[in-house]
Amino acid sequence: MTTNATTEPRKVVKTRGIEAARARQALWLLLPTLIAIAIVAGYPLWRTIFFAFKDANLTSPETATNVGFHNFWFTTEDGIGIGFLQDPKWWQAVKNTMLFTVVSVFLETVFGMIIALVVNGSFKGRAFLRTAMLVPWAIPTVVSAQMWAYMYNDSFGLIGRGLLGGQALLAEPDKAIWALIAVDVWKTTSFMALLILAGLQSLPSDMYEAADMDGASKWTQFWRMTLPLLRPALLVALVFRSLDALRVFDIMYVMLGPVNAASTSMTGYARLTLIDNSLLGMGSAVAVAIFLIIMVIVIIYVTAFRVKFD
Amino acid sequence: MKKAIALITLTAAIASTSHAGAVTLTIACGAVGQELELCKAGAARWAAKTGNEVKVFESPNLTNDRLALYQQQLAAKSSDIDVYQLDVVWPGLLAQHFVDLKGKVPAAEVNAHFKGIIEANTVDGKLVALPWFTDAGLLYYRTDLLKKYGYTAAPKTWAEMATMAKKIQDGEQKTNKAFAGFVWQGKNYEGLTCDAMEWLVSFGGGTIVDSSGKITINNAKAAQALDTAASWVKTISPQGVTTYGEEEARGIFQSGNAAFMRNWPYAWALGQGTDSKVKGMIGVAPLPSGGARNAATLGGWQLGVSTYSKNQTAAIELVRYLAGPAEQKIRAIEGSYNPTITTLYKDKDVLKANPFFGSLYDVFTSAAARPSGPTKGKYNQVSQAFSSAVSDVLTGKSKGQAAVASLATNLARIKGSGW
Repeated sequence: MTTNATTEPRKVVKTRGIEAARARQALWLLLPTLIAIAIVAGYPLWRTIFFAFKDANLTSPETATNVGFHNFWFTTEDGIGIGFLQDPKWWQAVKNTMLFTVVSVFLETVFGMIIALVVNGSFKGRAFLRTAMLVPWAIPTVVSAQMWAYMYNDSFGLIGRGLLGGQALLAEPDKAIWALIAVDVWKTTSFMALLILAGLQSLPSDMYEAADMDGASKWTQFWRMTLPLLRPALLVALVFRSLDALRVFDIMYVMLGPVNAASTSMTGYARLTLIDNSLLGMGSAVAVAIFLIIMVIVIIYVTAFRVKFD
Repeated sequence: MKKAIALITLTAAIASTSHAGAVTLTIACGAVGQELELCKAGAARWAAKTGNEVKVFESPNLTNDRLALYQQQLAAKSSDIDVYQLDVVWPGLLAQHFVDLKGKVPAAEVNAHFKGIIEANTVDGKLVALPWFTDAGLLYYRTDLLKKYGYTAAPKTWAEMATMAKKIQDGEQKTNKAFAGFVWQGKNYEGLTCDAMEWLVSFGGGTIVDSSGKITINNAKAAQALDTAASWVKTISPQGVTTYGEEEARGIFQSGNAAFMRNWPYAWALGQGTDSKVKGMIGVAPLPSGGARNAATLGGWQLGVSTYSKNQTAAIELVRYLAGPAEQKIRAIEGSYNPTITTLYKDKDVLKANPFFGSLYDVFTSAAARPSGPTKGKYNQVSQAFSSAVSDVLTGKSKGQAAVASLATNLARIKGSGW
């Protein structure tokens, strides 16, 4: 390549030189960021993977011993499975998290789309409505989760007592998941609507004028024009929301308490293992598993839908 | 003469400073209700007395969060905090990080506290912390409603309580749909472990794991205790009781919507507050018996000195002062915190502020300890396995007998080669 470059006309060599210089400059400018990422993200990640293969206690991490894959899968001589992958509670947490993610993201997308289409039209008070719809999203999740827990209360809650006449929705974890999905949909639909709205705003209006002239119905316009053009924005929004939903923690923790949260969300399970039970090794193994699960899902998303992030 | 006086004052000043060392200590204490104010005031009194300085570190309210924070501090061998406020179930978990107070605190001073609590703070012969205040489960009841439905005394057995609760609930629900007979802590968390321990012990079903570390949960009495509790749900207790912690139960009772409540002593002072709808109508009794005895679960907080503290001698002095009789008396009168020093239960001023302390003395002295001592670092796992099994029985997913049997297997798994 270099020999080629020297034989080629001067002009090209000059451009390449500038490009190389720019690349070097960019690297130097990025270096502090890269170092910062290595320290704040890389090191903790490496430590987590390191502890995933150790038998370690949170109160005395220095006494860690190597145990290989025991934290993931290990059956003792008495036939007792001690790896977390052998714990039915973990699989319940995975199942519930997946259910939570699929249902809540689906509903948020549908409702978010409807809301975005409505506020995209021009009418009086549109600016106010756009701001107002973000209120649920702006409330910290722990606060809104506690608020909903009170509303679901069967003795004094607006929903539990008022609408359902004394039913305790959160009493059984299997049913509680639907109550939790409702909270997440209530909270995050507006965020989804905002992302979709941003996509809608970038669509050219003359295209719709032309479609109106050609006599295409609003319905056809939506399916044939809006949706295909919105696809890139929609997919990015979907990826973001799915990742958020897979990492959900606070809703479960606040509304169900630490123990039941552990069988409803993967992160709840990780926290219970790592913090409440002080099993540093096992908890790290769980964290690694969650990391892998999320990574696999991202890869599937990106390759299957050809999502472009630029 | 003047010179002599000056010299004496100077020497005295030097002597006193060198004696006290004039150090700065940091204490981590809770911030629930009046806890923080009382902690600050107590620490300030000691500081004024000794010439040292005490900083108060505010810990999170939830005991689980507090433990997580402490564990991080201790694992990092941080010397930032000298004195920690410890839950009664933590000594087994954190013993290695605390100074052995045995020998450093006079034996007479240690023996002034309830024996059971001192035992709960002793791990492998090491006294991890000094008791600061204690807690035990109590039965709260509405004196006005008992009278209205023709009862003269608090129930002695669970069966009696259920009958009374049913009758009062049926009567009251005619005018108040939200009225419940009995509210307690049924949410799947540490509080449920406490409640369920009381049922077990009162039926003679043991304490999950006995003091030698043997798993004793798989027995008929324990199964019967859990089935009895499950029979309350949807009959005398609302279905939602399986989502209640201390504060939810107190909220219902204090707004006049329950006849009976199981809770800790703190609910007394708040129930007598001006915003309470049941002020002056609350009675407190020992929890009913299931046939074996009345049983209350031991709760409470202790003060321990971190081994990473740079001023251990002064820190021990501070702990001795705060856990001492004078300070415990102030806390009992001002905040209804149960003293751990036996003689304070005969103190006139204490009894005036908390009339039930005297009559329920036995409840506090004979409170049953959760198996945190024998299960050591694995206590939290044991407690979770237990509360989850109890929760399954309460929500109808399993029956008592099946639940205790599978719990025993589960506990064997957690125990592994040993606690």
